[in-house]
Amino acid sequence: MATDTDLQTSAAPDPAHIFGAAVKRREDPRFITGTGRYTDDIHLPGTLHASFVRSPHAHAAIRSVDVAAARQVPGVVAAFTGRDLAAAGVNPLPCGWLVPDLKIPGYPVLAAGRVHFVGQPVAFVVAESAYAARDGADLVEVDYEVLPAVANAERALEPGAPQLHDNAPGNVAFRWALGNQAETDAALKGAAKVVRQRLVNQRLIPNAIEPRASAASWNPFTSELTLYVTSQNPHVHRLLMAAFVLGIPEHKMRVVSPDVGGAFGSKIFVYPEECAVSFASRALGRPVKWVAERRESFLTDAHGRDHATEAELGLDAGGKMVALRVKTVANLGAFLSTFAPLIPTYLYGTMLSGVYEIPNIWCEVTGTFTNTTPVDAYRGAGRPEAAYLSERMTDLGARALGMDPVEIRRRNFIAPSKFPYQTPVAFQYDSGNYAAAFERALEMLDYAKFRAEQTAAAKQGRWLGVGFATFIEATGPAPSRIAGALGAQAGLWESATVRVHPTGKISVMTGSHTHGQGHETTFAQIVSSELGVPLEDVDIVHGDTGAIPFGMGTYGSRSAAVGGSAVWTAVQKIKEKGKKIAAHLLEAAEADIEYAGGKFAVKGSPDRAKTFGEVALMAYLAHNYPDGLEPGLEMTAFFDPANFVFPYGAHACVVEVDAETGRVKVLRYVAVDDVGRAVNPMIVDGQLHGGIAQGIAQALWEHAAYDENAQLVSGSFMDYSVPKADDLPSFETDRTETPTPLNPLGVKGAGEMGTIGSTPAVVNAVMDALAPLGVAHLDLPLTPDRIWRAIRDAAARRPTAAD
Amino acid sequence: MKIQMKVNGADHVSEVEPRLLLVHYLRDVLNLTGTHVGCDTSQCGACTVLVDGRSVKACTMFAAQADGAEITTIEGLASDGKLHPLQEGFWERHGLQCGFCTPGMIMAAWQLLERNPRPSEEEIRFALEGNYCRCTGYHNIVRAVQFASAKMAAAPARPARAAAR
Repeated sequence: MATDTDLQTSAAPDPAHIFGAAVKRREDPRFITGTGRYTDDIHLPGTLHASFVRSPHAHAAIRSVDVAAARQVPGVVAAFTGRDLAAAGVNPLPCGWLVPDLKIPGYPVLAAGRVHFVGQPVAFVVAESAYAARDGADLVEVDYEVLPAVANAERALEPGAPQLHDNAPGNVAFRWALGNQAETDAALKGAAKVVRQRLVNQRLIPNAIEPRASAASWNPFTSELTLYVTSQNPHVHRLLMAAFVLGIPEHKMRVVSPDVGGAFGSKIFVYPEECAVSFASRALGRPVKWVAERRESFLTDAHGRDHATEAELGLDAGGKMVALRVKTVANLGAFLSTFAPLIPTYLYGTMLSGVYEIPNIWCEVTGTFTNTTPVDAYRGAGRPEAAYLSERMTDLGARALGMDPVEIRRRNFIAPSKFPYQTPVAFQYDSGNYAAAFERALEMLDYAKFRAEQTAAAKQGRWLGVGFATFIEATGPAPSRIAGALGAQAGLWESATVRVHPTGKISVMTGSHTHGQGHETTFAQIVSSELGVPLEDVDIVHGDTGAIPFGMGTYGSRSAAVGGSAVWTAVQKIKEKGKKIAAHLLEAAEADIEYAGGKFAVKGSPDRAKTFGEVALMAYLAHNYPDGLEPGLEMTAFFDPANFVFPYGAHACVVEVDAETGRVKVLRYVAVDDVGRAVNPMIVDGQLHGGIAQGIAQALWEHAAYDENAQLVSGSFMDYSVPKADDLPSFETDRTETPTPLNPLGVKGAGEMGTIGSTPAVVNAVMDALAPLGVAHLDLPLTPDRIWRAIRDAAARRPTAAD
Repeated sequence: MKIQMKVNGADHVSEVEPRLLLVHYLRDVLNLTGTHVGCDTSQCGACTVLVDGRSVKACTMFAAQADGAEITTIEGLASDGKLHPLQEGFWERHGLQCGFCTPGMIMAAWQLLERNPRPSEEEIRFALEGNYCRCTGYHNIVRAVQFASAKMAAAPARPARAAAR
């Protein structure tokens, strides 16, 4: 096990040792020299620019929209309203994941009749420059009749609450449940101790640093649309937009997602804006581009989390968990974003067992419409909510029993001998040794030493705390058959085409799509390792429906496990075909050919061999070639995983709370994660670092706050606190490696781990620090004012010495 | 109105709207798209460039205000095909993931090392607090700047263009 500071990076290690090596990223030279190519960097000749008119009200009837003044602005070419789009046959955005009895209100590209959240697009103006388009948009007059609005999901479920959609009475989108209810109820009744806690998991805004953008170009001569868009899954964008929204034949639409400047889930979904510019380009016969301003990102990028939960954990006298009962109200926002119903159900309720053996679990979720921005997957997506619940309840259980938070975890881990382990909430875990990761984290932390320091500090009036999170994640979605049974409207396999050129150089077309994960490096490492060819001979092609057979894209930490496995499988097919060609050339039986170190050789006679390049050339020359074999050396594989895979981690956080100001300082952060085999440990560590920062930020700072009129009051970087360099410490990371048996690479997934573990670790640490001050629980985020008030209120409750 | 400036060593004269932001001038008129726009409120720092040797958020300045100035963008940082030690550091230490904040981050770090060639970790973090990164958690960005600092200390000659004032 090596910590990140020991990593020695290299540009091009020997193919024999390249899998698992800290290879420097091949995409970096363009990014560090300013030659990356993001959507906003695409300048098509004759491009027009779009600016959207957005609702300032959370809920209102639209009496009229007047675009006449906008059309008079110099440079303005056109202005469109919801009525124009409806008349042209532009349909509402579809929902891609259906749970039973789901109520689906149409999510219109432009509102017509009524607006349902602040920021919802009502009209847009197209002009020769972005500045002129904005001038025009400012002159569009919309007459609104303001209606009562509701932002809080629990309030939206109350009788008399403002109603959003006629087809969703009571604002209920769905009611969903999972687990063994009767057994859970009985076990809670019989438990030695039951801890109950209301937990609020606040709403977050993803805030990728690159704002969403799209540029559409209609070719009237071929009737083809090319759309450049910030997308994590260009084929999904094409399929949904072509088939459901725009009515363009799928083969007449090309979606290109060039370099993507971060996403964290927010660029999975089909949004109104890319549909609007596509419509406008077709209507006007010129390219049309839109780039979000940051205020638009805050208001319209799909938000994350937003749960209110009542949780009850039953324990026996020895601290063993016997039952967990959970009732959650999930805020879905005003409309169903593309995968919204999936997040608080199959990615949340299924994860409530965590890393613990809990025989009885019952979970009820009510998906709720409110007058807020639609909510969908944000880094972790359901799993952070589950891990937060699991880890807070575990600590509250330990405290109720007077037990050490370390000890309660040790007593409840699923033992390594129990895999594959079936939870009461549907999932079967593949492999793991949760105690090993936890013990390593305790060792790195030096737990006993910390407790001594904590005691010494308390004597000086300094409040230190340590918090743990031992957690699991389901990644690599998903077996298509299972996904389909759970409501997915798509298969969730991944594709790869490996094209060997006549010179032996290789292009790999993958349906995965990086937005910072470094696939151009890691996927090439897989190919280099398998074929024994130099890294520089392998190019990774992604993000273009014109170049790639089909792809489901990158989310859910699926790229290495599913996309990487597709690449691996296609490479095996290349080897198999190569063996046939080599056997012919070497006049040997195919069964006697083995491939190693970049050569096809006859077993036992290493001198009788053909190099990879020689075989590749003959595949295209086909001059001296096996009868009945097709020329060429190009193979496609579709990899459909057998199950989700289950990476896990043990995180420990040390904080100091300033009781005078309520400010929390993170002093140390230790993370031991098991992501299966690491293709590139440098990249795995990087993923962990970024995830940890986002999870710490949820614990301490970030909050998408709405006021009573459902106005977003944290709608800028002035009001919404993303972490800055001086807010965070350096992180201490390590790994254990438990390969999964479920894919050929043994990889699990690293993209979301940090986010999932860090929020509860930080909160548990703060609560540990506040325990002597009489504070048992506070809701997220733990801002200074919230902590300061809690300390003050707890002090007021305590009898003073004078009493 | 007419403006002229030297950008990455090349002279440019342009007719622009008075309200045109410097970052849009660089990106849309000069096609130097390495400088990015991440927010509209001068907080994220993705648009950081050097104006007369000082790091400036180019979305907070009109192109007209840079009339007569000498500008260095990320495209002008490498000289003679050789990466600046900061560029090397970000590559060596995995100081970037999506790369969107990277140009601004490098230009802000350039200013730090100009003023304080051997900064502590705390000083690096403080100096970069005006540049947001959502991918790295800043851990490896600190390492990248430390790499550059060590390398520049070993070979003190600064690349000529970036040092221009």
